Amino acid sequence: MKTPILEMKNIVKEFPGVKALDNVSFQVAEGEIHCLVGENGAGKSTLMKVLSGVYPYGEYIGDILFGGQKQEFRSISDSERAGIAIIYQELALIPEMTVYENIFLGHEVKAEFVIDWNETIKRAREMLKRVRLDVNPSEKVRDLGVGKRQLVEIAKALSKDVKLLILDEPTSALNEDDCQNLFGLLRDLKENGVTCILISHKLKEVIQIADTVTVLRDGRTICTLSAQKGEVSENILIKNMVGREIDNIYPGREHKKAGEVVLEVKNWNAYDPALGRYVLKDVSFNLRKGEILGFAGLVGSGRTELALSIFGNPNGYRINGEMFVKGNRKNFSHPEDAINMGVAYVTEDRKADGLILIQDVKQNITLANLWAIANRGVVDDNAEVKVANEYKESLNIKTPSVEQKVSNLSGGNQQKVSLSKWLFVEPEVLILDEPTRGIDVGAKFEIYTIMNRLVQQGMSIIMISSELPEILGMSDRVYIVSAGRITGEMPIEEATQEKIMQKATS
Amino acid sequence: MSFFKDLRKLLEQNVREYGMYIALFIIMVIFTITTKGIFISSRNISNLINQTGYVAVLAVAMTLVIVIRHIDLSVGYLSGFLGAIAAIAMADPKVISIGMGLPVGVVILIVMALGILAGVFIAFLVADLGIPAFVATLAGWLGYRGALQLVTAGTGTIIINNKIFNALSNDFIPDIPNLNFLPGVHKLTLILGALAIILLIISQIRNRKAKQAYNFEVLPMDMFVLQLGLLSVLLAGITWIMAGYNGLSWTVIIVVAVVGIYDFITSQTILGRHIYAVGGNPEAAELSGISVKKITYVVFASMGLMSALSGILYASRFKSATTTAGAALEFDAITAAFIGGTSPAGGIGKVVGSLIGALVMGSLSSGMNLMGIDISMQYIVKAVVLAVAVIFDVATRTSSK
Repeated sequence: MKTPILEMKNIVKEFPGVKALDNVSFQVAEGEIHCLVGENGAGKSTLMKVLSGVYPYGEYIGDILFGGQKQEFRSISDSERAGIAIIYQELALIPEMTVYENIFLGHEVKAEFVIDWNETIKRAREMLKRVRLDVNPSEKVRDLGVGKRQLVEIAKALSKDVKLLILDEPTSALNEDDCQNLFGLLRDLKENGVTCILISHKLKEVIQIADTVTVLRDGRTICTLSAQKGEVSENILIKNMVGREIDNIYPGREHKKAGEVVLEVKNWNAYDPALGRYVLKDVSFNLRKGEILGFAGLVGSGRTELALSIFGNPNGYRINGEMFVKGNRKNFSHPEDAINMGVAYVTEDRKADGLILIQDVKQNITLANLWAIANRGVVDDNAEVKVANEYKESLNIKTPSVEQKVSNLSGGNQQKVSLSKWLFVEPEVLILDEPTRGIDVGAKFEIYTIMNRLVQQGMSIIMISSELPEILGMSDRVYIVSAGRITGEMPIEEATQEKIMQKATS
Repeated sequence: MSFFKDLRKLLEQNVREYGMYIALFIIMVIFTITTKGIFISSRNISNLINQTGYVAVLAVAMTLVIVIRHIDLSVGYLSGFLGAIAAIAMADPKVISIGMGLPVGVVILIVMALGILAGVFIAFLVADLGIPAFVATLAGWLGYRGALQLVTAGTGTIIINNKIFNALSNDFIPDIPNLNFLPGVHKLTLILGALAIILLIISQIRNRKAKQAYNFEVLPMDMFVLQLGLLSVLLAGITWIMAGYNGLSWTVIIVVAVVGIYDFITSQTILGRHIYAVGGNPEAAELSGISVKKITYVVFASMGLMSALSGILYASRFKSATTTAGAALEFDAITAAFIGGTSPAGGIGKVVGSLIGALVMGSLSSGMNLMGIDISMQYIVKAVVLAVAVIFDVATRTSSK
């Protein structure tokens, strides 16, 4: 065993009413890739915030040893000085600035009193080379894709001479290629002596990349597993994360014969004036009553754009093509039209455009269908509470009351609120965009169960997902989207990961 | 003692909401002491409200503009300009050459329509052309300032002689004649006050019953009675003070009506919910079937309408239209909204809070004027109050997380 670069001993962190970390011990060896896994609310992020000084010394109990020395970080800049850098899920780059400005933001290259821009650009080139990113450092971050932005973040961390790099859910927004590229880079960095902690929900990736895995559950360390000793497998991880054996995380459902076509799109093209290019080209598909239709593809392939263009086109694409709802030709000019025709869309990013975080659970649930609880435009507050409580119950939303602000809920419960909102409009067609992104295994299972219940009641679901097991586990039929086109369609019996991947990259 | 425990819980849960009322109360008590009771006299309170009226109606509409994450800087000069239009429209052409001699009712309707039109125009710039409201309304600020000077260029200050028009901000509702009890007290005001208290009690009890019908938690009975009792005593006190001078002024009636309507719309109706949804997260609101554009139009149109009303009240108060009418009124309105707890980030803010904010500012002016405090010090005191209010707001918001 190599010497530990980091030791966190008996960490206890309490919030009013909750013990977020309960005597957690965590050890990372120098030069390894160490994955930290656990359900949402297990304490991973809290632990990393303790480590990085977001929760300063004194607000927690326990010791942190880094590089053999006891540390008392009082702020992020303290931990950065010691050589620890965190890259969050929500990237902290400034879109309007160039790549090189971003890399050296906060530790600018100075010549006397002014910034030495030439030297900055030169060093930025070196850093970009280290992360194997081939972009012009003068390009604006705004113009880069998510995968490239992440590499810029890593370049920024490297430019600060980082010894321990912490990545929080780095792959949640990446496609397969970018993912593999990132992992290659992490292995490179490992060769060069950079230690890495990776927080991830995607167990397949954990298995692929980890030297060591630590599992947290309910604020406690459950176990530390070594890949070398062959202790890391999906079953073992899941068992330790949830404390029970899940042999199948997809609830079974009979694939019954689908009914009539409820939604059909023909020769659908969408031009995005903001990007100045077509985001959808000649797309045709149909959705039948009572089926779950999977839309597979890489991130950025155009699936969200397709959903939005159908759902009243709020982004203002120029569309030509035909859409039929239950055989009648329709044209939605606003999401309101779509909702009135029984189409609902649960967004990919619940925080950005799904929920109103500063409002409470009940207001979020009723927002899209206030007329149902109103009398001549006047909202009945009591009826609202009643409706919200019904959904709280039937979807098992964990919240002390429906008056709780949505921002105080965990990711999985926020997703259930988002889903409740759209179930309350009683749609016939429900579009789910990445329905289980960033939520834990237990909550995923619940969402899947709800989806099954809905299709059994006759609803039709379009499920956009970047996780192939989810597509294969839940769909009745699969369309594959690549670069704005539909590149394949197959019934679930014929679908395999390999076949889908091949079409998705074609 | 469960009574005190309940009381503490109630206060703790509502500290944000009650904070402003408590602040207003403390300010009034302080001025009453420092002015040896002159501040709380019927005459002074009447004056105070008449002076606050034209700011209050602006602040109420401004609250909604800030809630949907915009701002309107043009409303001060817009109200000044519309006040001047009203003065010209009413003026006798024999006295002032550009005068039109229109009847007062017609003039008020025209001015209100012009206000809505002005609001719709700003909304067009903001919602359809995508110009930031700060810039669009800054242009409005310049434009209306110029327009005001243009229409008053030939005449200078235009005196308004219309009795009905001038009554709006200066006169009081008539009393019922031939009632001989309580000489020197305004009887109709007492009756209206009593009616208001009865309506309050009835509506609160109905509210409580409706909640109980759903088996929801309600306040413990003693808390409920205490709350209702305090509110009734407060209303009775205000009524008594007002009745002691000349009774309710027309401005009070107008402001109460405006605040009542806006409070009802924002807290009870779908339109209100949609406004707060747009302010809370415009993207999520749009995807929930709410037209952000439509809401933007409605909110700016209401701002324009209230600017017109404010201009009418302002011109009426001073019985004239001047070349600098309405200057800096927009900032008084914005200040009142922020003191009243409106969040600069949008999505949060109550119209009643903004009314209280306007009353806080009005009380500070009135009280310090009575004490003979120099205007320069008055600004500095107001600055401190605004800062403290916002700090209090931020502090209670973060602690409630």
